Amino acid sequence: MKFTAPRIKNILPHILLGFWTLVVLFPVWTMVINSLKMKLDIYKNPFWLPPKWNFQSYLTVLRNSEFPLYFRNSLFVTVGSIVMILFLGSMAAYALVNWKSRISRWSYAFLIAGMMFPIRIGSINLLQIVNRLGLLNTIWSLFPVYIAMGMPIAVFVLSEFIRQIPEDLTEAATIDGAGRFRIYRSVLVPLLRPALGTVAIFNLVPFWNDLWFPLLFINREEHKTLILGVTRLFGQYQTDWSRILAVLTLSAVPVMVLYLMMSKQFIEGLTAGAVKG
Amino acid sequence: MPSIGQRRNRPGNSNWNWIFYLLPALVVYTFFMAYPLLNSLRLSFFTGSGFELSRFIGFDNYIRLFKDPQISERYWGDFKNTWIFFAVHMIVQNVLGLLFANLLTRKGLKGSDFYRTVIFLPATLSILVTGYLWKLILNPQWGALNLILGKLGLMGEPFAWLGEPSTALITISLVSSWQWVGMPTMMFLAGLQNISGDLFEAAAIDGASRGTVFWKIKLPLLRPIIGIVAILTFVNNFNAFDVVFAMENVNGAPQFSTDIMGTFFYRVGIAGQHPVGIPDRGVGAAVATLTFILLAIGVSLIMGIANREDRR
Repeated sequence: MKFTAPRIKNILPHILLGFWTLVVLFPVWTMVINSLKMKLDIYKNPFWLPPKWNFQSYLTVLRNSEFPLYFRNSLFVTVGSIVMILFLGSMAAYALVNWKSRISRWSYAFLIAGMMFPIRIGSINLLQIVNRLGLLNTIWSLFPVYIAMGMPIAVFVLSEFIRQIPEDLTEAATIDGAGRFRIYRSVLVPLLRPALGTVAIFNLVPFWNDLWFPLLFINREEHKTLILGVTRLFGQYQTDWSRILAVLTLSAVPVMVLYLMMSKQFIEGLTAGAVKG
Repeated sequence: MPSIGQRRNRPGNSNWNWIFYLLPALVVYTFFMAYPLLNSLRLSFFTGSGFELSRFIGFDNYIRLFKDPQISERYWGDFKNTWIFFAVHMIVQNVLGLLFANLLTRKGLKGSDFYRTVIFLPATLSILVTGYLWKLILNPQWGALNLILGKLGLMGEPFAWLGEPSTALITISLVSSWQWVGMPTMMFLAGLQNISGDLFEAAAIDGASRGTVFWKIKLPLLRPIIGIVAILTFVNNFNAFDVVFAMENVNGAPQFSTDIMGTFFYRVGIAGQHPVGIPDRGVGAAVATLTFILLAIGVSLIMGIANREDRR
């Protein structure tokens, strides 16, 4: 009998991907681990576990700064906008698939066209509109912009999905005498769940992480979103890196935890519009 | 099977009723996306003070943009910088994406799901957080990166990566590529998984090498996806702002070497330029319009190349 050493398959891919894993995880590790050190220990050894654990930075950020307020604002805008997108988008998609007319065909093309144009180009006019509506400096200014921004992808993904639903399913409901809205609510929405999830994830990350529109629209502390608030805290804590890193960690953690729990759906959701469009 | 998903309309339930389902989405989208996009193009021919632009001035905003030595110098400088920014993304981010996607489809690769999760992880971070974090890591005083390079014997003196005009823009572009490499990776991966296995089997029977399979089978079949990746990169890069804002502030320090179209647009049209500090929204709209035109041209060019029929 001949013995061969067990050969590890795919050595080169493992070396390359392993190296990239280090490149990705090193900054994240640095961020988390140093946020738990004493101010001066950060400078002595930035790479390894703290010699003395320090949770003070987190307590300070959570108790003595506007961080919780910013956090609530972001949660409010992100969740609120996504709920509205799902509601309006699924109703529109329902109509677009079933209504055979010139108007619906044009509307579809018009809505989908928005996938190709970054809304930032319209910033100058959006500022005027938000100002005229009296929404400047309030968190409310973000809702209409985000809902509009999310609509093209929502309509696209949802109507693709509705087209795949077999006719029989809604036919039965129609024979039972269910009206359109009842079919929408009790047949369509439950079936649409996976697609609604995709749309929600697609919008979750850009809304939560958006800097541009909050920076343009909002100046008042009480209305700032998390990421906009981070810019202020970053300046305020400039000399205390432990605190800065605590702020960065806290602002990244919610999305990161969600991502780690359902990375498949995230990857699918975030690349969905891009691949199919 | 009858055609799927197309429901008959019940008599008495007028077709026009559908408009009520469609209208809310259409209204929000029209007033807060389509209209502002188009109206910003129109506003490039107007001027005024504060938020409102009411005085029609024809092409004066464009003339200022190109003739005012200070503004035009910045505009063209930033135009060039944005192309460099874009080039780094194409070369680093998208080539790495293609490489990773290829590696991840290797037969019997263990831990493929883990690698996938890791590669995509930075794309879920806020650009601002990424920017700040790398700014700290690249800081010459603390310099986690400088420390590593020093320990590996690759570098002697700590180096201010973000402080030198010669390296700042490239450094920022690399940080941005670090963040977004997951996007092209996943898109190429989806593309590779769509290629029929028969092709690879046939190639294996013919004794084709890995290189041949890549160049002759994978790459040609990935062309539409390469096109989409290029378009996305192009559109995103010419609207990028956050990463420079986080790492070098809105002035594109040092010496405007990291100033790109996004930061220029912000300074001119939104925040106001040093030393005046008052935004000129008309010129801002002109900058946006030119970006819009550039994107339209770029996107149609890339689409034309990516979808060109092979003439053979």
